[in-house]
Amino acid sequence: MVKIETSPQQVTSRKLTVSKAMVEGIAQEMERDPSVIVLGEDVGAYGGIFSSTTGLLERFGPGRILDTPISETAFIGLGTGAAVEGMRPIVELMFVDFFGVAMDQIYNHMAKIHYESGGNVLVPMVLMTAVGGGYSDGAQHSQCLWGTFAHLPGMKVVVPSSPADAKGLMISAIRDENPVVYMFHKGVMGLPWMTKSTHALGDVPEESYTVPIGKAAITRSGTDVTVVTLSLSVHHSLDVADELAKEGIECEVVDLRSLVPLDRATVLESVAKTGRLVVVDEDYQSFGLSGEIAAIIAEEDPRLLRCPMKRVCVPDTPIPYARSLEQATLPTPTRIAAAIRDVMA
Amino acid sequence: MTQTTTPQLVETDVRLRLFERMVILRRFEKRVYDLFLQGFVKGTSHLSIGQEAIAAGFGEAMRSDDWTFATYRGHAHTLSRGVDMAPVMAELMGRAGGLMAGKGGSMHLTSVEHGMMGSYAIVGAHLPIAVGAAFSAKYRKSGQVAVCFFGDGTTNIGAFHEALNFAAVYRLPVVFVCENNLYMEYTAIHDVTAVEHPAADRAAAYGLERIIVDGNDVSEMYRIAQARLTRARDGYGPSLIEALTYRHNGHSRADPGKYRPDAEVAAWMERDPIPAYRERLEREGVTTQALDAIEERVSIAVDRATESAKASPPPPAEAAYRDVWSDGGWQWRS
Ligand SMILES: Cc1ncc(C[n+]2csc(CCOP(=O)(O)OP(=O)(O)O)c2C)c(N)n1
Ligand SMILES: [Mg+2]
Repeated sequence: MVKIETSPQQVTSRKLTVSKAMVEGIAQEMERDPSVIVLGEDVGAYGGIFSSTTGLLERFGPGRILDTPISETAFIGLGTGAAVEGMRPIVELMFVDFFGVAMDQIYNHMAKIHYESGGNVLVPMVLMTAVGGGYSDGAQHSQCLWGTFAHLPGMKVVVPSSPADAKGLMISAIRDENPVVYMFHKGVMGLPWMTKSTHALGDVPEESYTVPIGKAAITRSGTDVTVVTLSLSVHHSLDVADELAKEGIECEVVDLRSLVPLDRATVLESVAKTGRLVVVDEDYQSFGLSGEIAAIIAEEDPRLLRCPMKRVCVPDTPIPYARSLEQATLPTPTRIAAAIRDVMA
Repeated sequence: MTQTTTPQLVETDVRLRLFERMVILRRFEKRVYDLFLQGFVKGTSHLSIGQEAIAAGFGEAMRSDDWTFATYRGHAHTLSRGVDMAPVMAELMGRAGGLMAGKGGSMHLTSVEHGMMGSYAIVGAHLPIAVGAAFSAKYRKSGQVAVCFFGDGTTNIGAFHEALNFAAVYRLPVVFVCENNLYMEYTAIHDVTAVEHPAADRAAAYGLERIIVDGNDVSEMYRIAQARLTRARDGYGPSLIEALTYRHNGHSRADPGKYRPDAEVAAWMERDPIPAYRERLEREGVTTQALDAIEERVSIAVDRATESAKASPPPPAEAAYRDVWSDGGWQWRS
């Protein structure tokens, strides 16, 4: 299950949604460290359009929780500049789909300043952003795009799926000396207006703790097939695994939790055990995470696989609006189950 | 309100058409809201209820081969170019009979044959694209004008400034229309903008006139549209218009708009463009029956469009794989 690093004293936990857990992580760091600030569109009184900053303005005031104009280049650049001078800004890019208007700031500057400066300049900032589809928001508001960020050197890329990870990874991201892109799927947040996922609610320790960035979690262990996945697809994969268990298929579900760094060892160990692999990734199929996982196995030992692997990804098409079309492109439980049955056949 | 153009007479039949356009936009969108609450419209939707005078005035003034570029808040601009209600409704419901066969949805309404060149969901994205269309009109000497609608919040993104400068330098036939509804999503525009009038106060930076109009007055919108379209067609380059208006509903979906002060909402509801225009037409001698007949006709049309959209099936899954490439296909390999 989820590995949590905490101090050994008694841990009190209660059930929180992913969104509440994220906010709690941010708030605890803000209490601890005055250099942490939050900025982005509608993060103040509105609390973030996906409830990623609810209540922070009331607690920390407008000096530390800043509503920005629609000026992504300016406020992501501002985050970088403040980080360079020792602050720890958390900048929210409302939807990852909007990265295009500010990508220069992200991949040429936030991600490269440390390297270009010969290691002299640190950029300890968090760029948090909402990802994912499934609720008919169309081609410009439904993408995951984590593979793009992971492809470009210089940024850690964190993708939590559970409430406990959402908090622990957020705290790790804030404390990290590197820029961390923290990508939360709208479907994991536990928002009342989204499709419900039972996994969006879970035990979260009250005290502050970190979850190490770069360590995958075996969220279900099994012997027959390894399902390597992340974010909302973890929820779907766990549900599918429960169903398939009734047919005697035992899935091992690996939640990557971060793309950069990627926990190669856990993937390889699991595949070595099961000999079968399905990668479930809500990003576009070609040139992305699923190909990367295949490459890791091919480079290490292709004989680990006793049958060809399967990928369940978004095909190389933009994400359509109509529910019937969108469901055909997303990695739905139906598609995941079919792929698992295929590799078991 | 300051206005820098010669007023033109608005003819009687045009006045009725302006009224009818606004009623179409209002009744259509009220239905969309109901259908959203009933679960028929599943995706997001951004309504222009309260802002109809702008789309109506421009829709009436534009030449049929002029181009509209709109934002995600684009239902009104689409309908005002004469696109039928039924395929728009079907698109919003995600049906096969939709304007874009279900692919695009509410935020991407497009109808090339009507000059509706698209709705864009990334803030600021369509300003440079409208400039490109205007460039092609000038290059081909076609006499077409591109009209680009956007919100107050859009004036704070780089693309706005880059596009304006470019259009001014090349004297391109493009009319930029900023619908200042005082909010960018849930944040008041004044809280995040250095100047009081987000568009008009920046016009001078690009050598453009400062134009502020009452965006809730459809005849004023019609006059300014005519004047600025003509000016663009005559080769005098771009205009930037700031139209003051207010959205009655929330930003999108079921947003109740709680972040807006009650008194402000009440004051703007008083200035609803449709009853105001109706009263004015009555004062000018248009009969109640004539106006009621328009309302009646539109209401029947909205019912019909709704029924027709509901009767359309969901698009088949294979349709997702069509039209990624110009040959109709989707696979990157072939
Ligand atoms: C580049 C970019 N940033 C943020 C958003 C999210 N967003 C969508 S609409 C909107 C507010 C736009 O306000 P305004 O331009 O005033 O238009 P209105 O919605 O009032 O019509 C924001 C922030 C976006 N779509 N694109
Ligand atoms: Mg606005």
